[in-house]
Amino acid sequence: MNKKQKKMLVRIGIAAILLLALPQVPAEGLARFALYMIPYLTIGYDILLKAAKGIKNRQIFDENFLMAVATVGAIALALYQKNGDYTEAIAVMLFYQIGEWFQSYAVGKSRRNISELMDIRPDYANVEQEGQLEQVDPDEVEIGTVIVVQPGEKVPIDGVVLEGASTLNTSALTGESLPRDIQAGDEIVSGCINMTGVLKVRTTREFGESTVSKILDLVENASSRKSRSENFISRFARVYTPAVCGAALALAVLPPLVRMAGMGLPADWGSWIYRALTFLVISCPCALVISIPLSFFAGIGGAGKAGILVKGSNYLETLSQTGIVVFDKTGTLTQGVFEVNGIHHSELENERLIEYAALAESASSHPISRSLQRAYGKEIDRGRVTDIREISGNGVTAKVDGVEVAAGNDKLMNRLGISCIPCHSAGTIIHMAIDGAYAGHIVISDVVKPHSEEAIRLLKKSGVRKTVMLTGDRKKAADQTAAQLGIDEVYSELLPADKVEQVEKLLAEKRGKEKLAFVGDGINDAPVLGRADIGIAMGAMGSDAAIEAADVVLMDDDPMQIAKAIRISRKCLGIVYQNIVFAIGIKLICLVLGALGIANMWLAIFADVGVMILAVLNAIRALFVKNL
Amino acid sequence: MKKTYKIDVDCANCANKMETAAQKTEGVKSAVVNFMTLKMNVEFEEGADPKSVMQEVRRNCKKVEDDCEIFL
Repeated sequence: MNKKQKKMLVRIGIAAILLLALPQVPAEGLARFALYMIPYLTIGYDILLKAAKGIKNRQIFDENFLMAVATVGAIALALYQKNGDYTEAIAVMLFYQIGEWFQSYAVGKSRRNISELMDIRPDYANVEQEGQLEQVDPDEVEIGTVIVVQPGEKVPIDGVVLEGASTLNTSALTGESLPRDIQAGDEIVSGCINMTGVLKVRTTREFGESTVSKILDLVENASSRKSRSENFISRFARVYTPAVCGAALALAVLPPLVRMAGMGLPADWGSWIYRALTFLVISCPCALVISIPLSFFAGIGGAGKAGILVKGSNYLETLSQTGIVVFDKTGTLTQGVFEVNGIHHSELENERLIEYAALAESASSHPISRSLQRAYGKEIDRGRVTDIREISGNGVTAKVDGVEVAAGNDKLMNRLGISCIPCHSAGTIIHMAIDGAYAGHIVISDVVKPHSEEAIRLLKKSGVRKTVMLTGDRKKAADQTAAQLGIDEVYSELLPADKVEQVEKLLAEKRGKEKLAFVGDGINDAPVLGRADIGIAMGAMGSDAAIEAADVVLMDDDPMQIAKAIRISRKCLGIVYQNIVFAIGIKLICLVLGALGIANMWLAIFADVGVMILAVLNAIRALFVKNL
Repeated sequence: MKKTYKIDVDCANCANKMETAAQKTEGVKSAVVNFMTLKMNVEFEEGADPKSVMQEVRRNCKKVEDDCEIFL
């Protein structure tokens, strides 16, 4: 609680006690009025002052003004009717203030909760100076500085480990509780907690460019991208208050006039004005206006804690409407760690063939090239390779030791006019040609991630209509993986550009409001991520490209996170709709009851404060995502 | 040019009012008020001086909601 809230709590307490005690005091007439004014002014003086300022600034639909009119009106009515019933006016003011207090407390609390969830900001970095460790502001550490990370400390800046071995807790970043081992030579990502050993790290980035800063920045700004629901509510609020006030005015004036002129009845001004005043109490749109952004904020915070970064409320909303999920295969459903599984029809020794292949592919960082380089197992001497040409979607040609080498798929062989022997194994086939003659092929296969199948099943269960897999792989390998995982549609042998085209076709197939999500590893599918309704990049820890390109970033590379992200968004949006319907519904019902004279001010204050409190409590539920 | 300012305001509807007031201020291309993080993102029009525009934004916000503050 801050100072303002404590002060308010004291005022609420005093006013409540006085309100309960005053009926015991046998005062009449003016004395009674004066006595009741004590709790009224205690609780409401600031509202009256703000209302006066509002009038000066011509803000008549300000809620302070409305509360002031409603309560002053009720007191005036009590004076006029000489019944001495001031309790209602005071109670309205009291409950209004309780509501405001609760709102400010709840919002403050969830603000803190969510920032604690994302409490990954490191406070300092240890820099070794003349044999002494000195704590400095991470902002001041330059690239290339050697920092020391002790056990129990957060890694403040991205870098490479120079010395030491340790275990890292990455749960603050990924939501994944399994610790990660790290040793000299490994890249280290800021925001992880060093658990066991002392590490010496050479920083490769500035603090502002480090993973942890980027993530914090992203999460903090996420709720500024407002969703359609939020925009709807702010537009609604702008219209709602003036409309209810207009209705209140009409209710106060028209029925009495009609009764007098048309029906010959007594005007009964008192009860109609009373009804109009109850309208004013209900006219405050606070419950709606606070609960919707709060729900999104809590949802984004909860997702962040689970290692799912949603870049904006609008994306959370879109994600919840996902009907089609399109996957990139490699690195998403499969590990993207390829292994050489076989060498067939080789004209040379197997080692020689691998050596040529590894050298020819040496300039590429594609997973396939890396697996060839791994299979080769020796240091690659790039000096032996010249004239490297990468043909996107086909392969590479290069000169190794002056010998013409081509490594790639059957398209490459066709292009070069070399006939190749097709392979029956499932996997990626690298055909090799040396000096223009076919030299056999290398079979490389990818491993499906352990949770892929379950993730697809969960997606279906949470209401995704169709799952699609896109891949540059051969049809055979692709079909096999898809069947194994239970994916509905597969499109294989696609070039990067074909993937965009395929996604566009799928976009055209969407039904109604459903949205299409594309899941990729964010490395070379940025155009597709951008084209889909919502782009999800996974395994993004330490990959800037992925964080930049996607709308939703999964820090971990576990496909279960995709289903989790969709579930979180559905829960959050469910809460948003509940709040919209609940708050508007109760208010409308109370307005009708008020107009008919059934609802009194007590009910009106419930419609205002009670609904707000319930909506806020409901909104906070969006924060709890652990069991989704 | 875009800039972010810290703000202080107590109620969500007031934050919305501040947003509208800021958007209507001359020299402001777009303004977003984020009640949850208490921040205001302002995009200025070409050639506008952020300092003087923000003074005006602050004045306009104070008009619609007396109990607010923008930390310039």
